[in-house]
Amino acid sequence: MSEKKILLGNEAIARGAYEAGVKVSAAYPGTPSTEISEAIAKYDEVYAEWSPNEKVAAEVAIGASIAGARAMCSMKHVGVNVAADPLFTAAYSGVGGGLVVVAADDPGMYSSQNEQDSRMVARAAMIPVLEPSDSAEAKEFTRIAFDLSEEYDTPVMVRSTTRLSHSQGLVELGERTEREPLPYERNVAKYVMMPVNAIRRHVTVEQRMKRMAEDACTMSVNRAEYRDLSVGFITSGIPYQYVREAMPQASVLKLGLVHPLPRRLIEEFAAKVDRLYLFEELEPVIEEQVRSWGILKAVGKELFTVQGEYSANMLRERVLGQKPFGQAQAVDQAQAAGQTQAADQASAVDQAQAAGQASAADQAQAAGQASAPGQRQAAAPDTALTPAAVPARPPILCPGCPHRSVYSVLSRLKIHAAGDIGCYTLGALPPLNVVDTTICMGSSISTLHGMEKARGKEYIQNWVAVIGDSTFMHTGINSLMNMVYNQSCGTVVILDNSTTGMTGHQDHAATGKTLKGEVVPAIDIAGLCRSLGIEHVYEVSAFDLKGLEEAFRRETKRDAVSVIITKAPCVLLKGVTFPHKCVPIPEKCRKCGACLRPGCPALTKKEDGTIEIDETMCNGCGLCARLCSFDAIETK
Amino acid sequence: MSVKNIMIVGVGGQGTLLTSRILGNLAIRGGYDVKLSEVHGMAQRGGSVVTFVRYGQQVAEPIVEEGQADVLIAFERLEALRYLRFVKEDGVIVVNDWRIDPITVVTGAAEYPEGVTETLQKARKTVVVEATRTAIEMGAPKAFNVIVLGAAARYVGFDKEDWLQVIQETVPPKTVEVNRRAFEAGYAMSGGES
Repeated sequence: MSEKKILLGNEAIARGAYEAGVKVSAAYPGTPSTEISEAIAKYDEVYAEWSPNEKVAAEVAIGASIAGARAMCSMKHVGVNVAADPLFTAAYSGVGGGLVVVAADDPGMYSSQNEQDSRMVARAAMIPVLEPSDSAEAKEFTRIAFDLSEEYDTPVMVRSTTRLSHSQGLVELGERTEREPLPYERNVAKYVMMPVNAIRRHVTVEQRMKRMAEDACTMSVNRAEYRDLSVGFITSGIPYQYVREAMPQASVLKLGLVHPLPRRLIEEFAAKVDRLYLFEELEPVIEEQVRSWGILKAVGKELFTVQGEYSANMLRERVLGQKPFGQAQAVDQAQAAGQTQAADQASAVDQAQAAGQASAADQAQAAGQASAPGQRQAAAPDTALTPAAVPARPPILCPGCPHRSVYSVLSRLKIHAAGDIGCYTLGALPPLNVVDTTICMGSSISTLHGMEKARGKEYIQNWVAVIGDSTFMHTGINSLMNMVYNQSCGTVVILDNSTTGMTGHQDHAATGKTLKGEVVPAIDIAGLCRSLGIEHVYEVSAFDLKGLEEAFRRETKRDAVSVIITKAPCVLLKGVTFPHKCVPIPEKCRKCGACLRPGCPALTKKEDGTIEIDETMCNGCGLCARLCSFDAIETK
Repeated sequence: MSVKNIMIVGVGGQGTLLTSRILGNLAIRGGYDVKLSEVHGMAQRGGSVVTFVRYGQQVAEPIVEEGQADVLIAFERLEALRYLRFVKEDGVIVVNDWRIDPITVVTGAAEYPEGVTETLQKARKTVVVEATRTAIEMGAPKAFNVIVLGAAARYVGFDKEDWLQVIQETVPPKTVEVNRRAFEAGYAMSGGES
């Protein structure tokens, strides 16, 4: 008898892989994909690892597949870029055991630096894409992805989005099918991608995609649901749920395989419905293809945005013409826009509205739909529901975060930082204002190097690169090699908090623990830097304000590359506790505000200028007490 | 029954995930289809966070949209205000009477609005709970979220015994007793209401 369980989309993907008999899973953590690996690591039958980056993870999975086992790698959308090199060619070589690549996109950018659409990358790579729309399908489609991979001799992408990955739904659990790895056969024409072989494989790829597109018309993952024929939607993934929610009577062509597209099925559906909408988040991937086949009645991006997440309310407003709920919402969101979208779940769509669609509300008002000021009774709900100023609440470094301590020193010394990807990116925001650039994983070190080469050594004398320990292991090390090789004099600050912080505490090569929980030798970051030939490598406690100041002053002036490793574990890590709490002594307080400058959220300034420390938030790091010249904060 | 829409809002780190899991497990225990939507990653770091729980015969989308929440459970006043427009006309707000200044207020870039509770009360039925203060008095400051949940329980539905059972099954074993007491305290707070 089968068991039903509530699973996160990501846990369901892991479950699907498990049931499909996956042997090897490799990944680098990245929101919203992280929990796939955390879930799969719990199955004893599966080897699962954190790799240093997505390229390595993809190659590990490719190797396992060539060795005849089912294998998977998972990553966030920007990780697909890192892994693109092996993936594009794995599409040529094809697979041994089934090979599945999970790409988790982030429409709305809850925790990302861009909003790219992995379906576009998959099209460029000629890799088929399955897109589930809830946890149950996430499990089922992942299982199917392995079958398709073997049947068509190709890596298959399962594309998720934040909303799917981080939603929970009921899933019927099945048994695992254990699979014997395929016997090894040397096959140079397939697995050695030098020109003579790759030229032939490219032909194979083209044939395979054509065959798959034909077969897609009868695949169970693609389904036409005919209801009211006056309106039809072509959709996939989470947007399918919005269609079902807002317009349950509409006909829907629900695509599970979004690349290659089932052309005949789409043409048939388009012919049967009067009005046709293409409802896909992010890029018009399906839309452009459908239009290229001459189906010109399809309405898509002229009505729906390429930005952010969709919603059922978007359909109610833009297709059904219903009045938006709480019209002044656009004003509220416009204020939040530009600060941080991640802070507000509903922001993405609303911001788009604020930016481009505010006219809908205006028009409604002009038409007299909204209450005039005289109609107090009717007007009350709208105005009451949209208070004039709700201050934005962007994410910030936690109370007790060692990054805040390091940044408080950099900020005081007016040192700029070329930043990187992690919690410490938040150092760009007021009041710290330390981080000036953030592009991608590992970029801090190389961008600083580029600045120096463009403008000379003096130009970067008040600059450092800041990068976390996990990000340094990901791709920072390559950039540091470049600094050594090309004779940089930049200062690299490695913010070592002994974990991958922002994604929720994953281990890496320098923590001494694997994804499976095994204790292993930790790579010594200082030793690694020295091994490159860097003479000036220093380790300083992240809470040693004096030591940090000395190191920053000294090393930024140095005419050679140097590395400062600031050390203190993430305050949210299990077992990390400071032995005390910070308590203000108002009588001693001179109201200078020095303690408030690093922006610890546990501290607030009272009416009389003295401070209050929220004991439910304070983690007792003592930074505020160290910054106080008058002993007006004690740690007890 | 039509789909019931619950929202839990607060500041990253206040325990919205745990609370939503309790609600999800309750819905499963009630034999419903259920979907939850959460926030992970950067937004969790002290930012505004919202979790959706929907349950009923059959649930399509995993999020609650504007104008649709039956119950808005808020761990902080400003966050209740931020999501006020999501609450149905006959919906209920259960709000922790607690203020956490966003960094925009700390730095002086914005002001924490006056009279938040009054604004909420004028717009929708609102239950104000002294959860954080009670939790501190109980010697368990972090259990305030379960106190708020206890106060919201009457508006969400389900029997009290089911709540207690699910809490026991959902929270870490070491914290069962304190969470039980927290729930009871919250449940008593909304006793006068129906």
